[in-house]
Amino acid sequence: MSQPKTIVEAHLVLSDGEVFEGEAFGAPADVAGGEVVFNTVLSGYQEVITDPSYAGQVITFTYPHIGNYGTSALDKEARRPFCRGVILRDLARRRSSWRSDEDLDSFLRRHDVPGIAGLDTRRLTRHLRDSGAMPGAFGTADQATLLAAAKAESGTDGVDLVSTVTTPERYVVGHGPRKVVAYDLGVKATMLRHLGEIATVTVVPANTPASEVLAMNPDGVFLSNGPGDPTEAGPIVNEIPKLLGEVPVFGICLGHQVLALALGGSTTKMKFGHHGGNVPVQDARTGKVEITSQNHNFAVVPGSVPGVTETHRCLNDGALEGMVLEDVPAFSVQYHPEAGPGPHDSRYLFDEFAELMDSVRPVAARGE
Amino acid sequence: MPRRDDIHSILIIGSGPIVIGQACEFDYSGTQACRVLSDEGYRVILANSNPATIMTDPEFADATYVEPLDVEVLTKIIEKERPDALLPTLGGQTALNLATELVEAGVLDQYDVEMIGASEEAIKTAEDRDLFRQAMNEIGLRSARSEIAHSMEEARLAMDEIGLPIIVRPAYILGGKGTGFAYTPEEFEHVASRGLEASPIDEILIERSIKGWKEYELEVMRDHADNCVVICSIENVDPMGVHTGDSITVAPAQTLSDVEYQEMRDAAFAVIRRVGVETGGSNVQFAVDPANGDQIVIEMNPRVSRSSALASKATGFPIAKIAARLAVGYTLDEIPNDITRKTPASFEPSIDYVVTKIPRWAFEKLPGASGVLGPQMQSVGEAMSIGRTFPESLQKGLRSLEQGRFGLNADPGEDDFNALDDDQLLAEACVPTPDRIFKVEVLLRRGMSIERIAAETGFDPWFLDQFSMITEEREFLVETGFDAMTTRSWRRAKRLGFSDVQLGYLFDKDERVVRAARLAAGVRPTFKTVDTCAAEFEAETPYHYSTYEDEDEVRPCDKPRIVILGSGPNRIGQGIEFDYCCVHASFTLADAGYETVMINCNPETVSTDYDTSDRLYFEPLTYEDVMNVIEAENPVGVIVSLGGQTPLKLANDLPPDLVFGTSPESIDLAEDRERWNALCAQLEIPQPPGGTAVEVEEAVAICQRVGYPALVRPSYVLGGRAMTIVYDEDALRGAMKELANFGSLGREGGLTADRPVLIDRFLEDAIEVDVDSIRDKNGDWVLGGILEHVEEAGVHSGDSACAIPPPNLTAQTIEVIEDYSRRLAERLDVVGLLNVQFAVKQGQVFVIEANPRASRTVPFVAKATGVQLAMVAARVMVGSTLDELRNHGLLVEAVRHGHVAVKEAVLPFQRFPDVDTVLGPEMRSTGEVMGIDASFGLAFVKSQMAAGGKLPTSGTVFFSVADRDKETGLAAAHLLVELGFEIAATSGTATYLTDNGVAVGLVVAKITESGEVSEGRDAVELIESGEIQLVINTPKGRGPRADGRRIRLAATVEGVPCLTTVAAAKAAAVGMQEWRNSELSVTSLQDFLAVRRPDTRG
Repeated sequence: MSQPKTIVEAHLVLSDGEVFEGEAFGAPADVAGGEVVFNTVLSGYQEVITDPSYAGQVITFTYPHIGNYGTSALDKEARRPFCRGVILRDLARRRSSWRSDEDLDSFLRRHDVPGIAGLDTRRLTRHLRDSGAMPGAFGTADQATLLAAAKAESGTDGVDLVSTVTTPERYVVGHGPRKVVAYDLGVKATMLRHLGEIATVTVVPANTPASEVLAMNPDGVFLSNGPGDPTEAGPIVNEIPKLLGEVPVFGICLGHQVLALALGGSTTKMKFGHHGGNVPVQDARTGKVEITSQNHNFAVVPGSVPGVTETHRCLNDGALEGMVLEDVPAFSVQYHPEAGPGPHDSRYLFDEFAELMDSVRPVAARGE
Repeated sequence: MPRRDDIHSILIIGSGPIVIGQACEFDYSGTQACRVLSDEGYRVILANSNPATIMTDPEFADATYVEPLDVEVLTKIIEKERPDALLPTLGGQTALNLATELVEAGVLDQYDVEMIGASEEAIKTAEDRDLFRQAMNEIGLRSARSEIAHSMEEARLAMDEIGLPIIVRPAYILGGKGTGFAYTPEEFEHVASRGLEASPIDEILIERSIKGWKEYELEVMRDHADNCVVICSIENVDPMGVHTGDSITVAPAQTLSDVEYQEMRDAAFAVIRRVGVETGGSNVQFAVDPANGDQIVIEMNPRVSRSSALASKATGFPIAKIAARLAVGYTLDEIPNDITRKTPASFEPSIDYVVTKIPRWAFEKLPGASGVLGPQMQSVGEAMSIGRTFPESLQKGLRSLEQGRFGLNADPGEDDFNALDDDQLLAEACVPTPDRIFKVEVLLRRGMSIERIAAETGFDPWFLDQFSMITEEREFLVETGFDAMTTRSWRRAKRLGFSDVQLGYLFDKDERVVRAARLAAGVRPTFKTVDTCAAEFEAETPYHYSTYEDEDEVRPCDKPRIVILGSGPNRIGQGIEFDYCCVHASFTLADAGYETVMINCNPETVSTDYDTSDRLYFEPLTYEDVMNVIEAENPVGVIVSLGGQTPLKLANDLPPDLVFGTSPESIDLAEDRERWNALCAQLEIPQPPGGTAVEVEEAVAICQRVGYPALVRPSYVLGGRAMTIVYDEDALRGAMKELANFGSLGREGGLTADRPVLIDRFLEDAIEVDVDSIRDKNGDWVLGGILEHVEEAGVHSGDSACAIPPPNLTAQTIEVIEDYSRRLAERLDVVGLLNVQFAVKQGQVFVIEANPRASRTVPFVAKATGVQLAMVAARVMVGSTLDELRNHGLLVEAVRHGHVAVKEAVLPFQRFPDVDTVLGPEMRSTGEVMGIDASFGLAFVKSQMAAGGKLPTSGTVFFSVADRDKETGLAAAHLLVELGFEIAATSGTATYLTDNGVAVGLVVAKITESGEVSEGRDAVELIESGEIQLVINTPKGRGPRADGRRIRLAATVEGVPCLTTVAAAKAAAVGMQEWRNSELSVTSLQDFLAVRRPDTRG
């Protein structure tokens, strides 16, 4: 054990030419790339890596030690990771947790996700913070190749990523007393677990027409989170108006953004987005602050959405984090109340969705 | 909701003297609170008996009461000041307990004082084990299976119910005092009875032991709108079974999945809500079963704590400051985050580095203590370190302790462990001790599997694997060899935290050679920023730590910079007094136009607050780490003489032109025995006769020349380390042998021609005097204070009570002392502070030693006289003259009349029942208090009260003194009888007293060895039965005799004040007499010193 371990040198090159030296781990890759973003969670790396909203992106973890407690079948947010790669400072050699069934390196190899470790992730984070999230490429290829690959990366603007992550077929989860149809724009397992406690949930592909949804006579419709640019989220934006007023609607993250677009609002790309588990959001109605889990690069422009009350704001930067429709039973939040990973402060929103459904259609009136 | 307008004045209770379990973290929190509440426009009234604190500087409050922390005294303060509110959550357990007592005594009701930051109900729910357990049951959280007992009968029933092994925790105690494990019914008898005694309400919690589980803490804050946030999670590297204050801990938690962490977070919020802490910070401790993740709530503290100081330093989130704001009505979202300035405090810090806290113990000072760690805290201080990874952070932390170790082994300190065989090492590694982690590393190096070590020791395999990364790197380095080191291999070693000293050890090269080669390879540290947010937002506060990465974040600056070296982890002999001096230097040098740069590694301190200095480097105080900062900051100078021995030791290694103040050359002149003797002879200043010796026979010859008793001490040590007084040749030979063999002393000095033993004739019954003074570059000199010790020479000055102004010195003697001090300062070419110790015997003044640096007494002198010695000294060191400072109003005339201040030492003996309480030349006190009043007697009584030994007003005094003390003791005995005390004495003392006209009411049986039959009851029985109110017991000759020791132990255990010198007995008798004739009165420092807080610094 003289040489600690065999090191495979690798580099990360950003599209602006910034170079970082590190070592390869996870699935082998000469060149891997995507939009490079950073996430500040201290725990919950597996949930982040398996969150479909990261489709097209390479995730930088700001916390240096990743992989300490391995991975677990219990903590998967989707059937597989959709991110393009993982960047971190120090990958645990040994995992330690009674919950774990596999180490992170093996998990990533098994799912063909490449990674790069050992680099100055704080320098990278500061660079992304100051210059904005940008495309990058990493791997064992030479720097010129990586730079070319980084420049050729399209990023996430104007790209339809939802179709790459949504379920090909509808399926049912949960056992709650209500009936909910959930649009899978890239839905996380924890979200469905929470919905499943209040309803029996039929998860449908993102391109399912509203008519088909309404034909199922649901008590409510849920618009899930998902990756990328909401203006490229596909036909869903056109279907939402047909649902509003017919059935209570609850949207989270991308679901919130497409709801805003459907109402005539606009969205914008943020400089580097919100990716973390410590974001303070204030409910304007109560003044209460929730610490929220967030993952978005796009945001709804405040004041752009007609017919809504803006209910939540991010206290760090004033970003719009939630809204309630004034005339129809529907509401949405930008952040992740299901919190996988992250704090549980906002889980009550699932109960509010249940109450909203019950107010429109009392339990007694349901034809079970 | 913004700040409350319905309250205008707030009383803050401090935590009193530094004791084990309650250290400078409460100066840090209290200082923050005072500042914040003053800034908010409230009138701040502060009560704290500890003069060494920064918070008791008169400018931090409107009225500062350096008075005993006692209900009666606090009632007087409340009566006088009539505060609208009482904030008790920033002064540790002491303040919380006093607040409860004030409520129970009806004082708060009577004077209409509102308790803010906590409620009586919440304090009770958190502190009372039974209520807490019920509360946890109510909210569905599990606590360990437990029963409450108020007597041994109940305790035995509980033991049968719960089953062994068991942990016993007394209610309402601090730092786990009286807590213990029992594996057998016999052990249970012992720990349960000790626990009942330790609890002020005779209540213990008997719990099933969960030794070996993983231990965590969450630092939680809540505002009155019920917003809750976690500031920091902390994981203990040592498993359950070791008090968290004695554990190596790491932040954030490393081995919890998010699912488990969020479960813990939810539980922590449920706890703070149920307990009812409406605003402020709390700390909730959990145990987790590594086998299945079961979580148990261990306890919660409804106040800021040692852990919250750590969490504040670890994240940059100032918990105490925010807690103070929350207490006066703000909500978290209304308070800005100081570091980002753009985001609010209502968030949870994210960090992108690893913080390690390592305790520092003082077992070498406490012969008799077992050195085994357990549920009762024993450490006296701690160091914190920051690295990008755990191995880096851990190694930095280990070298921050300044105990001769430079990382996780790979240094000369490892030799002791390398010599042990595997079985012995493993057996020792299973016992929690300060050295355990080093033993584990040796086992890993020898190839023992992580699984086996984890199973035997309870260390989590992840941590063990991190240790083994260090071990493997070491082997790689040795194989590679110095000459084959590449830039890449240097960098990798540094990234794992290897110090240059360790690398030098592995390569058999000098540290400087390693440093030069590494720098030549281009491997130098980068400084990153602690910013609360993992770089998500820009940080405005330059709070840095070193690591080896690509990018350095130190910003350039146009102002001249001055580096101030702090004092490192608290230890006996070097504590808060030096932090006080460093902080004052920082304040005043900033005022003088410098950019101040603080280097320190003690998370408890004010100096490591990010807004004390312009720049803060949280770094070990070693040559390598200090030079790194100096190279990064390029300062005009470095202040080395205010942080105690730690920075002073570095002075010789720093570029000489950078050292401000007295030159290292002068420091050596005062320290080197031969040169010092020559200097004193030249100045014709008498010294006690003596000499230096390396060999025993040399020592014997010296004593034959100068006579016995003699004071024997090693050179270049701090706090009287290993000093003894010998009364005959046998004792001298023993002492020399002990010094030559003293293991730990080898690290600190050892016996060589360079570091010989110093032997002086010991002046019996001499009065010891400390003098602090300042000299400027032009030779102008000012006296700070002359402190007369209460205990005679021979008791370490740090352990002795002392008074300003000196009560017994004649004007003529004072004149001589001043003259000697001035001439010594001149001859040593001092620029800054000089502390000189004298002994006065029969009117003749002898100089004992001189130290051209800040002494432990500087803050006390400042509080007693109003002269800000530390600030003046700092200015003088950077070139100001005393005249300039007088003109600027910084140097004021000392207030020398109208009051007397007495400093008393606080000793840790209650924690260490196996250690004799007799005072001697080795310092053992952890902290100090000040009593201040119109006369010496009253001030002395207050100092005793503040130190926890409240003197009785009536009752029986047990009097037992050594033969040589009988004559001087007689006066005290007479006075006590006059005061109406009954005297109890053993036959020998009784006969002497009776023969000299003192009535002895009770003749006490001699203490007999077990098994012997005695006549009547002995002193121990009398003390235990509560019939004795005061013990006066002086040791008989050198070496504690068993009977005296048992008497003192009984007094310590029973909390009966025990005076171990005749001088203290006399002072006490005089004080009690005056006390009797006058009413207790309280006066603020501002009134004593006739100073008002300037408006400039809030």
